[in-house]
Formats: sequence, C-alpha cells, structure tokens
Amino acid sequence: MRVSKRATSAIALSAAAALVASGCSSGGGDGDAAASKDGSIVIHGVQPENPMVPANTTETGGGKIVDWLWTGLVEYPNDGGAPRNALAESIDTKDSKVFTIKIKKGTKFHDGTEVKAKNFVDAWNWAAYSPNGAQNGTFFSDIAGFDQTYTEDPDGADGPKKAPVPSAKEMSGLKVIDEQTFEVTLAAPTAVFPTKLGYSAFMPLPDAFFTMKPEEFGKKPIGNGPVKFVSWEDNVLIKLTRFDDYNLRDKMKIKDVDVKLYQDENAAYNDLLANNLDFMEVVPTSALAGDKWKTDLGDRGMNTVTPSTAFIAFPIYDKRFQDPKLRRAVSLSINRQEISDKIFFGTRKPADSWANPLTPGAKPGNCTACKFDPTTAKQLLTEAGGFTGEMVLYYNADSSHKDWMDAVAQQIKTNLGIEARAEGVPTFAVFRQNINAHKMTGLYRAAWQQDYPDVENWVNPLFVTGGSSNDGLYSNKEVDALAKQASAAPSLEASHEAFAKAVELVDKDVPTIPIYFYGQQSGHSEKIKKLELNNVGELDITSVEL
Amino acid sequence: MSDPSTASIVSTPAAHPTDSPAPATQGPQSNEKPRGLLGDAWRDLRRKPLFWISATLIVVFLLMAAFPALFAPGDAVNGSLSRSLDKPSANGWFGYDVQGRDVYARVIYGARASIVVAVLSVLGTLLVGGTMGIIAGYRGGWVDGLLSRIADVFFGLPFVLGAIVILTTFNGSGTSNSKAEIMGLVIVSLTVLSWPVVMRLMRSSVLATKEADYIVAARALGAGTGRIILKHLLPNCLAPLLVYGTIMVGSFIGAEATLSFLGVGLKSPVVSWGIMISDGQQFIRVAPGLVFFPAAFLVTAVLSFVMLGEAVREALDPKLR
Amino acid sequence: MGRYLLRRLLQLVPVFIGTTFLIYALVWAVPGDPFAGKCGERRCPDQYIAFMTEKYHLDQNVFVQYANYMKNLVQGDFGQTFSQREISDIILTSYPNTLKLALVALAIEAVIGLGAGVLTGLRRNGFLDNLVLVSTLFLIALPVFVIGFLLQWLLGVQWGIIKPTVSSEMRLSELIVPGFVLGSASVAYIARVARTSIAENRRADYVRTAIAKGLPMRRVVGVHLLRNSLIPVVTLLGTDLGALMGGAIVTEGIFGINGIGRQVFRAIVTKESATVVGIVVVLVLVYLVMNLLVDLLYAALDPRIRYE
Repeated sequence: MRVSKRATSAIALSAAAALVASGCSSGGGDGDAAASKDGSIVIHGVQPENPMVPANTTETGGGKIVDWLWTGLVEYPNDGGAPRNALAESIDTKDSKVFTIKIKKGTKFHDGTEVKAKNFVDAWNWAAYSPNGAQNGTFFSDIAGFDQTYTEDPDGADGPKKAPVPSAKEMSGLKVIDEQTFEVTLAAPTAVFPTKLGYSAFMPLPDAFFTMKPEEFGKKPIGNGPVKFVSWEDNVLIKLTRFDDYNLRDKMKIKDVDVKLYQDENAAYNDLLANNLDFMEVVPTSALAGDKWKTDLGDRGMNTVTPSTAFIAFPIYDKRFQDPKLRRAVSLSINRQEISDKIFFGTRKPADSWANPLTPGAKPGNCTACKFDPTTAKQLLTEAGGFTGEMVLYYNADSSHKDWMDAVAQQIKTNLGIEARAEGVPTFAVFRQNINAHKMTGLYRAAWQQDYPDVENWVNPLFVTGGSSNDGLYSNKEVDALAKQASAAPSLEASHEAFAKAVELVDKDVPTIPIYFYGQQSGHSEKIKKLELNNVGELDITSVEL
Repeated sequence: MSDPSTASIVSTPAAHPTDSPAPATQGPQSNEKPRGLLGDAWRDLRRKPLFWISATLIVVFLLMAAFPALFAPGDAVNGSLSRSLDKPSANGWFGYDVQGRDVYARVIYGARASIVVAVLSVLGTLLVGGTMGIIAGYRGGWVDGLLSRIADVFFGLPFVLGAIVILTTFNGSGTSNSKAEIMGLVIVSLTVLSWPVVMRLMRSSVLATKEADYIVAARALGAGTGRIILKHLLPNCLAPLLVYGTIMVGSFIGAEATLSFLGVGLKSPVVSWGIMISDGQQFIRVAPGLVFFPAAFLVTAVLSFVMLGEAVREALDPKLR
Repeated sequence: MGRYLLRRLLQLVPVFIGTTFLIYALVWAVPGDPFAGKCGERRCPDQYIAFMTEKYHLDQNVFVQYANYMKNLVQGDFGQTFSQREISDIILTSYPNTLKLALVALAIEAVIGLGAGVLTGLRRNGFLDNLVLVSTLFLIALPVFVIGFLLQWLLGVQWGIIKPTVSSEMRLSELIVPGFVLGSASVAYIARVARTSIAENRRADYVRTAIAKGLPMRRVVGVHLLRNSLIPVVTLLGTDLGALMGGAIVTEGIFGINGIGRQVFRAIVTKESATVVGIVVVLVLVYLVMNLLVDLLYAALDPRIRYE
C-alpha cells in the first residue's frame, strides 16, 4: 500500500553529482559483449504519477525514466567528480551573470529532428510561463525576466482571487544566438547556475512538443537520451529500447529495457530472488531486518550511500518551540547510533552534519547538536523551563516511517522525562498540506535530497527566511545575510566558505534535527554481469552489461 | 406473490411450532412449570462442556482486558532499543519487539483494545442491522423497499473508502481525541459500514419465519406486534445472526488492524493485537514471534467466541436438540 | 417473471444514484488538498495548484461537480484522472483482472467451503468438525497480508513451486494461490453456513424418507440434502463476489496484479472522485446483478419459491 512518493525532496531522484563513496559498481569482470548487444533486462519501477514531461515530473517513478530518456547540457559522473559537459560543447561566463552556452552539433531527438539551441529556450520558456502550471516552474527563477512570465496568486491557491496573466510569454534573459548557441542572462550573479543545468527541469523539448497537448506528449515522450520510449501499459509495463542514433558518450550496451511497474516492493523483491526481475534499486525494509538481504542476494546485493538526509523539523511558529535551548535539548536526547543499528540494521548512518557530507562544499561533522548527551539535554531542558504537555512527533503513515519515529519519540520520552509519542498522518498529501499551511502542532519528519550537487541547495531552501522548504519558518538575519553573500560569490570556493559560516550559526539555533543519512541497498539478478549506480543511487542504464 | 428475498440464509421456515408459549397448545401431560425458550436453552447449555470451556476462556480474556496488570507485570508501552528484537527469555517470555518492548506484556495489554473494539462493533452491527432487518421484514411494503435500498447503497461502499473518510474527518492528525473517543469512532465506522449484511440476514430470516404457524397462531390469539417480535420472531431468527456475529468478532479484530495500518485507526500508545500483527509483519523472517503470539491470542479469542455462539445457537434451536 | 425482473431493474436506478452520490460526496469530504503532496518536501507552486484546480473544476461545490460528472457519465464519458489518463481505459484494463481473480477465489471458496461444510455437517462435533473449525478460523483471524506474504515466500521463493508474482497474461494456474489467499477469509463463513444448513436438513422428513426408502447415502446427500441446503450458501457466495472484488486490494498488491483495488485506494487518498466513482459504479452494478442472479437461482433450487 505504498501510495506516496518516496518522501525525499521534490526532485526525488533526479540529477545531482555527489561523491558516491563506495560500492557503485558491482560484479567483477566485464560482460559478454555479444550477449549484451541484443540483450534485454526487466527492472523494477513504479507507475509514474504524471505524463512524463521533464519540467512537470517531480516524483521517483517518472523521474527515473525521464532521466534515462533525456540527456542534459551537463551530466553528473557516477564516480562523484565535478559536473561535466554532456550535450553542451561549452558553457562560458565572465561574471557568473551572462552565460553563453554552445551545444554539440548533430545530436538528435528520438523522432529524428536535430537538437538545437531553440529547443532549450522554448522548453525553458514553456516551463517558466505560469499559466502552463509546470511543477518545476520556479527552477527558472534565477533567469532575468522570470518575474514577468511567472505571476503569483495574490491570496494563495486557496483564495478566491486568481493570479494575473503574466505580462510576458518569454523570459527576457534567454536569447538564441544561432542554431547551436544561446545566451542566458541571470537576474543576479549565481556561481552555481551551471551546476543546476543537469537537473531534469532544464532538458530540451523537441518541436513536436509544442504542437500537441503536454499530456499527450507525456504519454509517448520524445527525448534525446540513450534510450527511447516504446510503449507504456498503465500499472504494468513501460518498454524502452536503445536509441541507435545516439552519439554522445554514454551509449547503451544492451538493447531492451522493460520497466515492470509494481505496487508492492515485497512482490518485486521476491521476483528478484526468483530471478524474475533483473534489478531492484531499493530492497524493501522487510529484507533489511536481520541482514536477510545479504544472505538472500550474496554478491548480487549492493550497498551505497545517497546524498539525502532525514530530519525532524520544529514548527518554530509554535511558541512552545521557540527556545533554541529546548530544541537543542531534544536533539541531544536522541541516540542516533542506536536508531541506526537497531531500527535500520546499520543501513543508515547517524547524521552528524547539517548538509549531507556527500554534497560538494559540505563540511562533515559540523552538527554539534547531533551528539547523544542526555545529561546536557536534561540540563538544557531545565534551563529552558521544561516542556508542558505532550510532545507529538508526526509522520506520514503511507510510507515506512513508523518504526524510527516511534523510537525517536521513546528516546525523547525516556531521556528528557517528558510525555512524547509519534503519530501517523494518513497520507502524504494531508501531511504536506498541514506543513505548508504552518498548522503543525508538534515536531514532524522531513527529508531532503539535493536537487543539484552544491551545499547551496542545503542552505538556501532550508534555513533562509522565506526559503522554498523552510516550512518551520526559521529566521535568522545573520544567516540570511551570509547566505546571500555566499550565493552571489564570484567563485564556488568563496561561496562554500561563506555557506560554512552560515551553517555555524544554524548549528547554534537548531531549527531542525538531522537524524540519519540515507543509505541504499540494491540487488540484481545473476544475468547482469556489470552495472553502475549513478550519483544518487539510480541505475545507470547505460552501464549495464550481461 | 412472494418476495424475492424470502429465501434466506436460514434455509426453510421452521416446519413445526416447537416452542409452545401460547396456552392453547400447552399439553396437560407436562406437570413442570412451563418454561420459555430461553429457559429451555439455559437448561440445555448447562450440560454442554463446549459452553463451559468457551465461557471460561472468555471470562479470562475479559479479565485480561479489564485488569491487564494482573497477568503481566511488564511495561507494554515503553521500550528500550538496547533490547530490540531480543529472543524470549525469563524476563520477556515472548521476547521483545523492534522497539525493545516486552511482547508478552503487549499481548496482554492488547486484549483490551482488540476485544472492546471488536465486541462492541459486532454488538452495534447486530443491533443496527438486526433492528432494521426486523422492521423491514415484518413491515414489508414501502418500508421494506426503502430500508433495503438504503442498505444497498451502504453495501456498495468500499470499506476502506468509508473508513478513511469517517476517520480522517473526525480523527485526523491534530485532533486531540482521548483513547475512548478514538475507540468509539472506530467502533462507529465499523458498524456503519457493516450493518447492511446483518440487515439482509435478519430480514430474510424474519420473512421466512413470519408466516410460520406459531406466529400465525400467536397473532390469532391477539398478541401485539411488539410481543410477536420480541417473544416469537426474535428468538427464532437469532440463530444465523449468532453464527455470523461470532465469526465477525474475528474479522473485526483484523479490520481494526487494517485501519491502524492505514493510520486512521487506534494510535499508539494504545496497543492492540491488530497493530502488533501489522507491525510485526515486516520482521516475520527474523522474529516470527512478533506475529505469532498476537495471532495465537487472536485466534484463541475468536475461537472462544465462535464456540460460545455455537453452543448458544444449538441450545436456542429446538430442531437441533 | 418478466414483470418481476422489470421491477428489480427499475429499483436499480435509485440505488445507483444514491451510491454514486454518497461516494462522490465522501471522497469530496476526504480532508486534504489533492495537489499539496505532489511536489515532495517542497511546496508546489501556487500556479500549479490553481491550474489543476481549475482544470478539474474543483472550485465548484459538490452538487455541481456531481451533476457535471453524471451528465458526462450518461454520455459514456468517465472523465480523466489527475494524471490525465482516461478513467475508462483504467476500468477496461484493470476490471477483467480483478474479476478473474475474484472468480477464482469464489470457486476455491465454494469447493473448500462446501466440502468442509458437508463433511462437518454430517458428522457434527467429531474430530474432523473441530479441526475444520479451527483451521478455517485461523484463516479468518490472520490478516490477508500475513497469509499472502507467507504463501508467496514459501511457495514462490523457498520452494520455487510458483512464480512469486502473476504475469500480465493472468493465466489460471498462476491465480490459484492468490485466489486462495483472497478467498481464505470467506471459506470459514461458507463452511459454517453450509454445516449449519446441512445439519438442519439432515433431520428433515424428506431425508429420513429417502434413507428409509433405501436410497444409497451418496444419492441422499448429493441430491436431496445438498440441493436443499444450497440456498444460504448461494446467497453468501453471490454477495461475496462484490466483496471479493472490492476487497482484493491487499492480495493484488502482494501478487502484483493490476486490478481495481489499488486504483481505488490511490484515487481515494488523492481525492480523485471521478476515478473512485467510476470504478465503484461498475462494482455496484456487479453487486446488484449478482443479487438478482442469486434471487433467480433460488427458484431453481427451491420449488417453493416462485416469482410472479
């Protein structure tokens, strides 16, 4: 009954480049080239929630397939190196404000038309034009002229008023120079902009997209990546096959990929064990218990870490949680190591830093509130004047969060001596609605996976006043100032330096509590001889050999 | 014209008036005090070992529900991760769950919520469905038509949908209902969604019985509607309801588990067997006891209710005597 | 007979309207904004929510929405899901799967339940009787997800007798285990009811006459006893088909069957009234038609029942 998306960040499993520590590639030798050439595999998937349009896909099921069907301007190497050009020939800038982007000549969409500069500009303008209602529309807010194409609803989505029609249809900051070149002018200097370009919102769209309804396109998507779309039988199967005209680096080594759409991960896991399924990205919790997956899969199992962190957030708009001492006390009363060992059987790492350490620019071990220190915790609680009433920790019950939330609540209860319990909210939608409306009456779980690999993505959205995911309404003027300075820094190094200072201030205030860093356990069949996972733990489809 | 639904889950109308409440049929050969149907049943019951076994078990379970501390000294709510998934030992007879809580204590404390919710929902369902069924069956005509159609509407409602809507509306997150209120809500939703079946059962039972000779005789003797329903119809139509009702106790314990699983039912720190089974399912390969122990208690409890129902039913049904 | 049928069919109309409205209103009343959770841990842009709300006319009141929906439904338009798929497509692909599964479950349930019922009804209170009682109750008491998981694990993975999941062709042989899992909870009801019914009729005059006549026992049971005891069983089985189809959600999930259960559940939590009603409408029709069939069957089984 897993209905919600895996509740990580919006951009569930899209592009990003991080240092994947270990265990990415599996298997010893190379595959048999002949067997691979016409080979086919069946892999685990879930039904995409929406028609697959890159700028309108934010969930795991569709996001994964969109990533395979498209190749962007830059790509994030599996081994965790810095982003490198993929479709882009060059991305040049002098001031981090005006970028000249040149794309490689002669690459094609799956319908045979050539990928041109215009395809990027049109796609971005479509997504940024607010009446089109694209989920990823706000990703283009860096670009000059975005405020003319994207208008806000004056009284929120629920209010009676409607957003005014935007005054422009296209962003003034985008300009096509010639068939292979376009120029992007940003509203303000942003050093991290080129890094963002590998994210799926920035993919090009073929001319055909603009002649049909987006949902029609999304049912039979036309991309420019190493595989092309064949067919999609709802809730059953999505068929993909090698795109023979693909001429960039990452060509497919096998031919056909069938994505079998499961409702239940245990069913998929049993299929994997019975050699009915060739790859499963995340083995279910029931197999992690007692390390069963290791005995089940042997050397077909893979263990990786992904750049995501699980938090418990405070509703700082609630008076009871406004004292930083109380927040620190709660954080110090949680024994993260024990939760990692007993609840997750060692498959998650206890969190000890604010930004996930796999993210470039993030400093490891900078969370002083992440220690387990019940004595100091109790003392701080007394200094804060104690806590009256019951502390309730909320989670969405449609995904497996109950065990660890129960454990956290129990530790708070035992170590601080206050009443605490965890409570499930039936659906992710209701859960998010309450969070968005700032109506939470207790702590709540949250998770963040970087959208693109830079520490900026762990500070601006989460800890800056008005940040897109700063749901607890944390606000510290000094943090805001430092983050602003960091975002506009001329170089990435200077930017990372300033962000580190901002994080030090965050550490004093403890606006949320990092609990654990995500890990991922995957498995494959005996048929697959070689495969790699990408930087966020997704299967790199082009690396598969049989 | 006979109504289509005359045919019923009780097979054929009782062929003979076996009970003789009306003085006219009372034979002179009996010098015992005339007993009612229930008196007869009680005399019959007393002789049955089945009745005594099941009654004892039920009393034990009821005691468990009322005074769990008598049975388990341990703490059912608070655990410690250092004991997580420990095997059964002298301290924890059934071992510990993933949160390090004493499974034995939890099973004992779980009796209350499970039994209270299941039994009260069954009673509610029988009461609502039974009353509607008797009215519909006895009155017939447009009353019957209306009630039957209402039942049809509710019958078409998927259980999960109804339960989610009722419970999220009244028991969503942020609502600070007390334990008793949450239990009440769960009971009400189970009742609201299950009564149509009982209503159909009762209605067809009444339809089959109401033309029986002894009812006709009672009516001829001038018995009022209320008396006919309470004294004659009800005892004779109760048997199928009892069979159904006792089995229903079992499925309601399971239904309560499903609701908790979906996050709309009972919430921690309330413990129930259903919650334990659905929580333990993930660890079935590592610690099967987490599912086995609550399931064993659940099956025993259900079994006692079914056996009791069976004994009572046989005692009530003169044809099987 | 014809008039009776006509009357029954006419009665379907108010039930149909009542059920669809009730369901529509209930789904509408489910708390939560259907689009609030669409963007993960980030707020969805207001523009996106406004766009979707307007597209699906969710800003109108429930009566207007329902009236619009019914108007389209009468014209054969089931509407679209929030992910812009035709609901009629979903119904066409997932219904046959659920129906197949439910029919297999029904058959298994009838065979096991009736068999157990006859055996125990003839020899009441013996060892066999108690054994059947305990084992059927065990099936009731264990939640479906536990039974399903265990059978899939043992038969599919450990012993390799079956494939763990059902392929999209839905072959009959693949459906036996899922069918058993789905029907397991009802087996006990069928067995109990059949047992009671057989035990009652066992003492009826006509059975005594048949035995006295010197008929072989097999004929007495097979022809006289069974036929007369079938009515309650048929009632249960008939109404159970609808319940099985509506309750297949867990079984479908475990065995990877693309059926309606998952669709309904997903649609409920995302507040997709149109999908829920669309699927339930067909379910209600199945239920109503089964009821009618059961009633007609009575006449065949029991000559005392006549429809005019």
